[in-house]
Amino acid sequence: MNVVVCVKYVPDTEAPIRIRADGRGIEESGLPFKLNYYDEHAVEEALRIKERTGGTVTVVTVGPSTAAQALRQGVAMGADAAIHVEDPALDGADHLGVARALAAAIAAQGCDLVICGKLSTDDNASVVGPALAEFLGFPQATAVTKLELSDGKATAHREVEGAVEILQVVLPAVITVERSINEPRYPSLPGIMRAKRTAIAVKTLGDLGLTLEEAGGVAARTEVLGYAPPPRRQAGRILEGEPVEMVKELVRLLREEAKVL
Amino acid sequence: MEFDLSEEHRLVQSTVREWATSRLLPLAAEMDRSGRYPPELLLELGEMGLMGVFIPEAYGGGGMNAVSCCIVIEEIARAEAALSAVVSVNNSLVCYPIFAFGTEHQKRMYLRELARGRKVGCYCLTEPTAGSDAASLRTTARDAGDHWVLNGTKIFVTNGVEADVLIVYARSDAESGSGGISAFIAERGDPGLAVGKVEHKLGIRASSTCEIVLEDCRLPKDRLLGERGKGFHIALATLDGGRIGIAAQALGIARAAMEDAVAYAKERRQFGRPIAEFQATQWKIADMATRIQAGRLLTYRAAWIRDQGRRHTKEASVAKLFASETAMWAATQAVQIYGGYGYIQDYPVERHFRDAKITEIYEGTSEVQRMVIARQLLGTST
Repeated sequence: MNVVVCVKYVPDTEAPIRIRADGRGIEESGLPFKLNYYDEHAVEEALRIKERTGGTVTVVTVGPSTAAQALRQGVAMGADAAIHVEDPALDGADHLGVARALAAAIAAQGCDLVICGKLSTDDNASVVGPALAEFLGFPQATAVTKLELSDGKATAHREVEGAVEILQVVLPAVITVERSINEPRYPSLPGIMRAKRTAIAVKTLGDLGLTLEEAGGVAARTEVLGYAPPPRRQAGRILEGEPVEMVKELVRLLREEAKVL
Repeated sequence: MEFDLSEEHRLVQSTVREWATSRLLPLAAEMDRSGRYPPELLLELGEMGLMGVFIPEAYGGGGMNAVSCCIVIEEIARAEAALSAVVSVNNSLVCYPIFAFGTEHQKRMYLRELARGRKVGCYCLTEPTAGSDAASLRTTARDAGDHWVLNGTKIFVTNGVEADVLIVYARSDAESGSGGISAFIAERGDPGLAVGKVEHKLGIRASSTCEIVLEDCRLPKDRLLGERGKGFHIALATLDGGRIGIAAQALGIARAAMEDAVAYAKERRQFGRPIAEFQATQWKIADMATRIQAGRLLTYRAAWIRDQGRRHTKEASVAKLFASETAMWAATQAVQIYGGYGYIQDYPVERHFRDAKITEIYEGTSEVQRMVIARQLLGTST
């Protein structure tokens, strides 16, 4: 089974975020980036499929030159090949543009299964996976917690309110995974050395037969108007007095101020 | 000149940091209390190639170099120092001499298991009357025709209780001093080999330190490591690398002390503001950072020279001396910043303080490092 895994290089969730002076993005200089957590689980799932059934794992990303690090980490974990869609025209591309570029790269490569993380921790949009499935014309299952493959079909478990939903999709399909699906392995030193030796196939939009109007920044149908930091957390309040009075006051505050009761 | 870590070194660093932070750090306090490490951690490290970092892949190792080994050991020591001692010993003092001086048969026999973490090693050089003056060792190795017979007692053996593979130095020929010493590979279970007294230590408590007693210990002929009579040369060549490993360990401990002190200084309030706002605290932290950065440059450079295949005896000693004294100094400052809370076991700096001390002692005390450095500069032999 040949599996393609879509990955994204995102700001480290533990790093402090600063908003850019123009308010339209975040300050990226000096900001540490990492392979998106959910994508680590996607790579792990693909590697387990390869270990069970043979085949190959290819990691693919759309992003600037630094995003190659995410691909290297995927190869260091055990992926066989890497594709980097890198084109200045993609600056400012929206989720649909990225999905279209990924779809073109995947269609050119051909595969039996596409695995993505459920979301990327920078945008929290959960759009690229489903959009990719639409562009490829593949069925999809999102936020999958367990995946089984047999006879050209995938059985996917999804956690829904109070129950587990079990879907069957015909392959090739796009699956997006939850973090609970597996425990990702750490890259090994030999893997890291292999990642250094593995050539990354770099593709521009032109190489993929896409025009700027289809996938580039100019084609974006969403526009980021601004970013604002979350409201500062206010200092906690400590109630004083007799316990009976404090409980009364607490209930009043929860009802009237916090409005949670 | 190039001061940045390469792309692959950065990936090694982030990988080991993530493992150490999520797997090791949460266990550190309990490991210190109980005086043991969970053995499965070695398998996890072996899986990643970290128990034989610079051993080629063909022998089951990580296929990287001495600089990578420094990065690995610093990151492990940042989380927990005792396990980093075990990793450093296995890499530098056990895998290295077998790889550099062993026969093809010995390499195939031992390296894969050691590098994968399925077996673990120790290094038996020090004796009750031969510490810094290692050449005065008295353990004997008698050539009994089709086997060797070893007699003597080794002390202060790091990881001796758990070790499956032991590198043992013994006097095989009558010459006194550094001549006449040979290196041997012993295995747990060899007849006449036993673990003696297990020491109770100030720091790095999760790693064992013990006596290894050799009483008519029979070793097959093919356990001689390197040439007969060349053992002291092997010991010194091995210690050059070992000292770089201890320098990296010391940096990890120093960084732990600094990072913990920074976090605490921002939270702890006195006189109505965080103590980080007092210059007395700021200067301590600035000096810690400065010394750590200097120590890291010395350590990476010593490792880099080793990777170039050049002599690095002086550089290794310089790095080990500076980094270990930095660890002790930084840990002392960290305890001071924590004040009374730094003196009790509820906070980690008390452990860093105890762990730091050993780096000024083992694999050559600070005094021995100064002796080695001076000898390289003055050209004298004693």
